Amino acid sequence: MNAVDPHLHATRTTCPYCGVGCGVLATPDGNGGAAIAGDPAHPANLGRLCSKGSALGETLSLDERLLHPMMRSDDGEMAQVAWGDALDHVAEGFQKVVAEHGPSAVAFYLSGQLLTEDYYVANKLMKGFLGSANVDTNSRLCMASSVAGHKRAFGADTVPGCYEDLDQADLLVLVGSNAAWCHPVLYQRMLANKQTRGARIVVIDPRRTDTVGDDDLFLGLKPGTDTALFSGLFAYLADNAALDRSYIDEHTSGFDDALVRARTIAGSVVATAKATGLDEIDVATFFQMFKATPRVVTLYSQGVNQSAQGTDKVNAILNCHLATGRIGKPGASPFSLTGQPNAMGGREVGGLANQLAAHMGFTPVDIDRVRRFWKAPHIATHEGLKAVQMFEAIGRGEIRVLWVMGTNPAVSLPDADAVRAALSKLDLFVVSENVRSNDTVNAGAHVLLPALAWGEKSGTVTNSERRVSRQRSFLRAPGEARPDWWALSEVAKRLGYGASFAYTSAAEIFREHAALSAFENNGNRDFDIGGLMKVSDEAFDTMAPVQWPVREGTTKPQARFFADGQFYANDRRARFIAPEAPELRTQVSIERPLRLNTGRVRDQWHTMTRTGLSPRLGQHIPEPFVDIHPDDAAQFGIVDGGHARLTTDYGECVLRVIVSERQQRGMLFAPIHWNDETAGFARVGGLVAPITDPFSGQPENKATPVAIVPAAFTQRGFVLSRIPLEMPFGVQWARVAVTGGVGYLLSDSTDVETWQNWLKPLLGDDAAEYEDVGQGVYRAVSFKDDGIETCLFIGPTEGALSWDAVKELFAAETVSDDQRRTLLSGKSADGAASAGPIVCACFGVGRNTICDAIAAGAGTAAEIGAKLKAGTNCGSCIPELKRLIATSEAEPDQQRKVAAS
Amino acid sequence: MSEPLVIIGNGMAAARLVDELAKCALGRYAIAVIGDEPRLAYNRVLLSSVLAGEATSQEIELKPAAWWRDRGVTLKYRATATAIDMAAREVTTSTGKHVSFSKLVIATGSSALRLPVPGGDLKGVHVFRDSRDVDLLLELATQRKRVVVVGGGLLGLEAAYGLAKAGADVTLIHLMDRLMERQLDAPAANLLKTLVERKGVRILLNANTARIHGSDCVESVELADGRTLDADAVIFAAGIRPNTSLAKEAEIPVNRGIVVNDQMATGTDDVFALGECAEHRGTCYGLVEPAYEQARVLARHLAGKAAAYTGSVLSTNLKVSGVSVFSAGDFMAGEGSETLLLNDVRRGTYKKLVIADGALTGAVLVGDTQDALWYLELIRSGADISDIRAEMMFGRALAVRAEAA
Repeated sequence: MNAVDPHLHATRTTCPYCGVGCGVLATPDGNGGAAIAGDPAHPANLGRLCSKGSALGETLSLDERLLHPMMRSDDGEMAQVAWGDALDHVAEGFQKVVAEHGPSAVAFYLSGQLLTEDYYVANKLMKGFLGSANVDTNSRLCMASSVAGHKRAFGADTVPGCYEDLDQADLLVLVGSNAAWCHPVLYQRMLANKQTRGARIVVIDPRRTDTVGDDDLFLGLKPGTDTALFSGLFAYLADNAALDRSYIDEHTSGFDDALVRARTIAGSVVATAKATGLDEIDVATFFQMFKATPRVVTLYSQGVNQSAQGTDKVNAILNCHLATGRIGKPGASPFSLTGQPNAMGGREVGGLANQLAAHMGFTPVDIDRVRRFWKAPHIATHEGLKAVQMFEAIGRGEIRVLWVMGTNPAVSLPDADAVRAALSKLDLFVVSENVRSNDTVNAGAHVLLPALAWGEKSGTVTNSERRVSRQRSFLRAPGEARPDWWALSEVAKRLGYGASFAYTSAAEIFREHAALSAFENNGNRDFDIGGLMKVSDEAFDTMAPVQWPVREGTTKPQARFFADGQFYANDRRARFIAPEAPELRTQVSIERPLRLNTGRVRDQWHTMTRTGLSPRLGQHIPEPFVDIHPDDAAQFGIVDGGHARLTTDYGECVLRVIVSERQQRGMLFAPIHWNDETAGFARVGGLVAPITDPFSGQPENKATPVAIVPAAFTQRGFVLSRIPLEMPFGVQWARVAVTGGVGYLLSDSTDVETWQNWLKPLLGDDAAEYEDVGQGVYRAVSFKDDGIETCLFIGPTEGALSWDAVKELFAAETVSDDQRRTLLSGKSADGAASAGPIVCACFGVGRNTICDAIAAGAGTAAEIGAKLKAGTNCGSCIPELKRLIATSEAEPDQQRKVAAS
Repeated sequence: MSEPLVIIGNGMAAARLVDELAKCALGRYAIAVIGDEPRLAYNRVLLSSVLAGEATSQEIELKPAAWWRDRGVTLKYRATATAIDMAAREVTTSTGKHVSFSKLVIATGSSALRLPVPGGDLKGVHVFRDSRDVDLLLELATQRKRVVVVGGGLLGLEAAYGLAKAGADVTLIHLMDRLMERQLDAPAANLLKTLVERKGVRILLNANTARIHGSDCVESVELADGRTLDADAVIFAAGIRPNTSLAKEAEIPVNRGIVVNDQMATGTDDVFALGECAEHRGTCYGLVEPAYEQARVLARHLAGKAAAYTGSVLSTNLKVSGVSVFSAGDFMAGEGSETLLLNDVRRGTYKKLVIADGALTGAVLVGDTQDALWYLELIRSGADISDIRAEMMFGRALAVRAEAA
């Protein structure tokens, strides 16, 4: 954690990562950086931050920023242009294509990282003025199934509970959620409940993730069978007199049909166990726990949402909560954990193709109401294309103009290679971005517009518990970067809609957004922040985090929904939904014998454009990898620590292998983060099947049939450089932020000479080289002013060097003569053992250091924390600490060896 | 009654032999040492340090007078042995003395070669061999004379450096295309050249001395390619020749050096030879280390113990302050060997390790010789280095840690 100087002025803002929405105190250092601390006053985190949030200060560099508008010139190169010229070009492009091909030929693809105000203006421009609902967002990949499930059950996209429920529940059921890594601050809250109040935790996931604690019930079900588990639970609750009959009778409909369907899918513990691949005893235990615990919160995330049956999974869960009346009560609720900082804000605005605006849809009444409010000349009258379909339409040439803001679809969408190819066909491809280069920018963007980044932009975001918080600027806007709402409004003016887009501040947009939420609402729509529609500029600046609804005229805060049984369908009743029988839409085969699950790692975020800049975050898991069960590894000849080639019907990747029993047989797991900017041949998005849920349009990112074969590399090594470098063709590489520059971890099978030739132009006058040709070892360092400028270490895969010692010298400004003497050994000269891969990112504590502490007697995570501070900040490494303790107890010698490797 | 043992020569080999004898056969021999230099035995290797002003003449003395006295040694210095009479078993000296022996050890060392070029006998042409030469050279240096040193081997480099350091304007000319070609490979020699040049010595390679010009005293040196170098003095440091004339006259078998067997015995009974004047298995060594090994063997033999000298693994240490050079074994990497290389020009470091059959067989170190002795030990022992191959280049400390891990 960066230390905060109390004399400097701290700005209260909100973290730009996950949907927990933690409050952050950012204290600028006056040199473009800032010290970061958790905001003790923010109700989402009460001062805590996770490893990613703690490292925000390391991501503020302008090195890779897009600082000026750019346009592709006739020779194909991007050239800096004036804002006015870029905006003229964008407006003309939209105008021309709408005129020639109609409004359905243009689209916006937005992002859960946008502020609500940016979202609002984009949505208004497209749906009210350009006349299309082709506004979709990366939230489609994140929680669209929850939105669809909520709407089917509640008549509105309402999250019924709040974070305090996590403190008050007696049973916390996590479904398809690795909260320990992906929502660490909330997970710590759950753990605190477990420790202080004895809450039980059940984790339902095909992977045994770090979210599973030693004494938790873990249900490692087969992929895609969540609906069977919750159908079984529904039937069990019905059969064991655990229903809230009066709630069901008074406030819901569809109960009988849904129960009949549930019984068909899994009518008993035995049937449930069979359908899910779980032990009967585990199923029975879970059902019994759920039945016996009124205060139960079921939390779900991508494991539920990113599925071709995601909406049904959501409803299978909601059915159990509706049937027991455990909804919107303290400590009792279903709870969708949102992945992004402002997916909720996007939902509130209506920035999705199947919503219109402000939790209104495409009914004639809603369309008319929004049209009147906006005074919209061309109101969209039907749903637009959802993300996957939108890019397919681009590929078919039906959408000809696309404006992407703040997201990287060429990496993150399923069948990402096809997406990239589609982008190159656009007549006009506009990208609003922070970075000069990413896979999407490089997919043929015609216009790049420099957007404000976190710390510069100002507006609001909404977290998973409906809490609207301010993101405030504490850094000056660099270069010519401007707010996205400004760029959108400028284009709107050029299209002739200046009067409706004459915004001069985020506050002004927020007031309009609040007004729309209250417009003819009368309690008929859940989303209502009418109480904020008259907020002054000053009050907006100082606005404290506030949970919606904030209805005009009511001062009573409302933390929860639906305990009173008042839902948002016309009949005010909730709906039980009868889900389809669970079945994955793809089949494994001899050619594709396994399934690929995708997900996230603890210290990276999305496509790494921000977290990838932090040296601290780069240390936990520096390379793209694939997890495989030992039996599958043996069957397919895959070796731990080696590489493997993954092939699906859509693409190919080469990844480092981790053989792990935490992975179930038949399933591989690979993280989504790496892309062509950060690694070679590791675009996992390119592997994923573009199969979507029929209701939510959310793609099934976690079950693509896949083949795996070993990919052997004879050489392994690394490069450290002050500036990014282009690796030789054909080399497997992963880029890692390191202190003072950038590192590349390499694997390849070329010869030493190739590397020597590659390096030659980079070696200055002052260079040192080491070679052992017989062993295929080549190492070279180029110095500048007694510091390392560039270095390359390459050698045989077996016994490959760790880069820790060299990285440390690279980080230092100067290298002493003694250090220089042994530098090319790659070993630490002072005799101190290397700290090993970083486990605790907050305090930079390495695995070897931790193993030493364990060997010296630290027997619990708390004792390690007392000794080394590891695990005492965000706590997300505590599961790993426990694993290290367990392993060292089981196999003390082997653990040391692993730690040293 | 102690047996009279006479050692001709009062150099480093003689001193070491006395030392070794005192350890294994104290009292068995009454030792007399005959030496022509007017002082106690000194460390000849350090003469260049004296020249460079980095050591005083007294400081390089091997042992104090008392040390010799305590070991019952009769020292006859400033006395040149002029003849060996095998029949009478006595040595005649230039002072007219006759010294009887029952065992005789010849340790007469070697002399600097003077090139047979026209003008080679001019005034101002010197060699660099003993402490008297050092005094002469120091005088040249203090007068800021222009000196041409002929020979880019160990001796020439040390002389050139010492002269430059003492204030002379020094050009070193070397016949070959690289310095120390018998100890260094080309990259090492190139680096050495750079480093020595940084010390203020001009170096000309491929420079064949054709003649020395001067009417009375040296005025210039002419090279075979026509180049001419103005000079006030010329120092020959282009090789040495074993001092064998005494032995030859006594009809002790001599080849290039005095021929000895593995016990350092010459072809004449009771006569031994060691050091630079001796030729063992066809090799005349020009370094101190083999002489020391020979002294140990000879002492044991004279003590009546079994001992055999089988030759030395050569190693070279150049003593030019701040320019360490070490070379040992198969430094050129013969067929079937593998090479490890480390090159850091700015740091002035070049290291080459040669490996064959899992053992270290050769090493060249320039600029950083911290681990020279360790490498030498590894070369001599032939120990398996497979486990330390990855770290050995970076020194014993790292490698030993790796081996322990």
